[in-house]
Amino acid sequence: MKKLTDPSDLTAWKARLAEQRPVRQKTVVVSNGTCGRASGSSAVIEALSRILEERGLQEAIGLEVTGCHGFCEREPNIVILPDGLFYGPLKPDDIPRIVDQTLLKNKVIPGLVYKDPRTRRAFHLLKDIPFYRKQMRLLTGDNVRIDPDRIEDYILADGYQALSRALFDMTAEEVIREVDASGLRGRGGAGFPTGKKWQFCRNETADRRYIICNADEGNPGTYMDRSILTANPHCVIEGMIIGAYAIGAAEGTIYVRMEAPHALGQVTLARDQARKVGLLGRSILGSEFHFDLHIVEGAGAYVCGEETSLIASIEGYRAVSRQRPPFPAQSGLWGRPTNINNVETWANVPLIIRKGAEWYSRIGTAQSKGTKIFSLVGKIRNGGQVEVPMGTTLREVITDIGGGIKDGKKFKAVQTGGPGGGFLPAEFLDLPIDYDSLVKAGSTMGSGGMIVLDETTCMVDLARHYMHFTQEESCGKCVPCRVGTKQIHDILVRITRGEGKEEDLAELEELAETVKEASLCGLGQGAPNPVLSTLRHFRGEYLEHIKHKRCPAGVCGELSPPARKGARKRKHG
Amino acid sequence: MDELLKEFGREQKDLIHILHKVQSEYGCIPAPAVPRIAEHLNITPNEVYGVLTFYKAFRLQPPGKYTVTVCQGTSCHVRGGAAVFAEVKKQLGIGAGETTADRMFSLETVNCFGCCAIGPTVVVNGRYHSQVRVADVGPLLARYRSRP
Ligand SMILES: Cc1cc2nc3c(=O)[nH]c(=O)nc-3n(C[C@H](O)[C@H](O)[C@H](O)COP(=O)(O)O)c2cc1C
Ligand code: FES
Repeated sequence: MKKLTDPSDLTAWKARLAEQRPVRQKTVVVSNGTCGRASGSSAVIEALSRILEERGLQEAIGLEVTGCHGFCEREPNIVILPDGLFYGPLKPDDIPRIVDQTLLKNKVIPGLVYKDPRTRRAFHLLKDIPFYRKQMRLLTGDNVRIDPDRIEDYILADGYQALSRALFDMTAEEVIREVDASGLRGRGGAGFPTGKKWQFCRNETADRRYIICNADEGNPGTYMDRSILTANPHCVIEGMIIGAYAIGAAEGTIYVRMEAPHALGQVTLARDQARKVGLLGRSILGSEFHFDLHIVEGAGAYVCGEETSLIASIEGYRAVSRQRPPFPAQSGLWGRPTNINNVETWANVPLIIRKGAEWYSRIGTAQSKGTKIFSLVGKIRNGGQVEVPMGTTLREVITDIGGGIKDGKKFKAVQTGGPGGGFLPAEFLDLPIDYDSLVKAGSTMGSGGMIVLDETTCMVDLARHYMHFTQEESCGKCVPCRVGTKQIHDILVRITRGEGKEEDLAELEELAETVKEASLCGLGQGAPNPVLSTLRHFRGEYLEHIKHKRCPAGVCGELSPPARKGARKRKHG
Repeated sequence: MDELLKEFGREQKDLIHILHKVQSEYGCIPAPAVPRIAEHLNITPNEVYGVLTFYKAFRLQPPGKYTVTVCQGTSCHVRGGAAVFAEVKKQLGIGAGETTADRMFSLETVNCFGCCAIGPTVVVNGRYHSQVRVADVGPLLARYRSRP
């Protein structure tokens, strides 16, 4: 393929692709994200392609392999287009029936369609399934139509149109104004207005500026970012090129978490394709704008998600955080002004430029615009990737989309914001999800983790779990974080072993406040939150451990052994 | 080693890329590689050690035939991951970061594999196993052990 040297080349390419698109009665789309692969999607793909070939149907029926469709609990699953029929979870043995009955005779197989576990109602179509119905999949909806190996699929889904518009119809300042007017805020945790951040970086005088995509996604229990990169890598790349144009950067870096090998592979492939057709490199689409992208694989350190550590890591050093200011926008990568955004933040940019700030800002709440993707996990019935407009309530996400708690248990709390976030018990279920409401309720949005907990979760044990994590991941530079997190952890260990004293609670609170106040970076500043939050909402549970040497959830091994055995068994149900 | 280093630049920023490459070639960062990398980048071996010991990705000892990585992330934890991890430790008789005497298994932990909705997750040499229960651990390890 020739390089695109003019915006009209892009339009012509898209038209050509649309024209050449094979006409098919039906197309089977297999979800092949991490959960899909873990659940056996490869065997399903293999069976499909074998049987379609055996029946001589390769021409009549399409087979597409895409990234995650979001419904992780029901993997491996397929969607049959154009109707949008949803089948899953599937075994390779199901494939002959699907081909013979559904693909050839248009018959729905009742045993394979989704049945609501509560009402037993069957839903054939993806769009009707309660898990999807309340979602607004602006960023993830195209996943069923995009084979991430093929840039052509992204082009057909209006890909790189926003870039063309930005480069040829807008000045850099206009792009920043548009992003600012959209109300987009950073999806990586702090919720800082993206347009403002870009403006700060642009305002710095410098011989060069850099942009970075933070794909370190270290919060345990969250996987939105790697899913975006795996399922639709070009939308992140397009967002970055637009951002680079607005900010005036000629180079960018995507820093991908080591434990996300599929994402790394897909985004590298996408980058190479974009280079090949002239969407990266010199004179993009024939303009005077040059930009190229590097991809860096992380090396397994949570603190790398923090922006100053991330920069140290890209530079090849230990990922140790440093005092801010100066902020990366003033002095970042190799001392140059640097703009860092999260994967999902970048992914929103093409949408905003294509549809306009006015359209975008109508979605969400007054202060939090657009949609947010959550990893809805833990003790939830319908776990998966969920994209909802800001302002959706926790109850809608957990009950309507998530189908409530697994195994007939009772809801206890939901954890949001990862290791720096907090817990929200039942009285917060009607809270609208937006940056400010969550902070007001004592938690944070974080990057979008939503870990649902039931009565079999011990909150003291979970606080210990988080402190174990942060004390291991502390980069060790500042004392409050390095030593304080360890001290808090050790007290919690004692309590879970039945060796706690009542004074421990006051000491925990004091230590927690100190670590929060005195730590150098967000890791230490956020680390005590799970402890403070559990102390606030579940103090009684701590006291049970301390005074009565009892773990009400039956989790803490050394306490109440008979309860423990039963609870563990039930847990695995 | 010289061949491998030739592919890379000679700046500090190349260090982590080099370490990843060395580890994927040799299974670990062999001690004699460290001064060679240091020389290539014109830094001290200590600086190389400083970086490689900071990151969990790198190991100085070669792993066993199978690396069993158990997710310790929050979602897996509340779904029974702690008990699964305890069972793996018991069955292998080693702790995290260790290798069995017959060099068959190494045990590692990770803080999330990204399939949290279907945890607890255990990955063996890159192959994902989801919804692992305590009772599955024995058969799972036995299957790998008996592979030719
Ligand atoms: C300990 C720690 C870990 C973090 N991890 C991530 C992460 O994995 N991904 C991310 O995008 N931001 C993470 N952040 C936030 C980043 O420092 C930064 O605010 C963010 O990438 C900015 O992008 P945004 O404005 O688009 O949200 C982390 C912050 C801290 C303190
Ligand atoms: S928490 Fe275990 S895979 Fe995410």
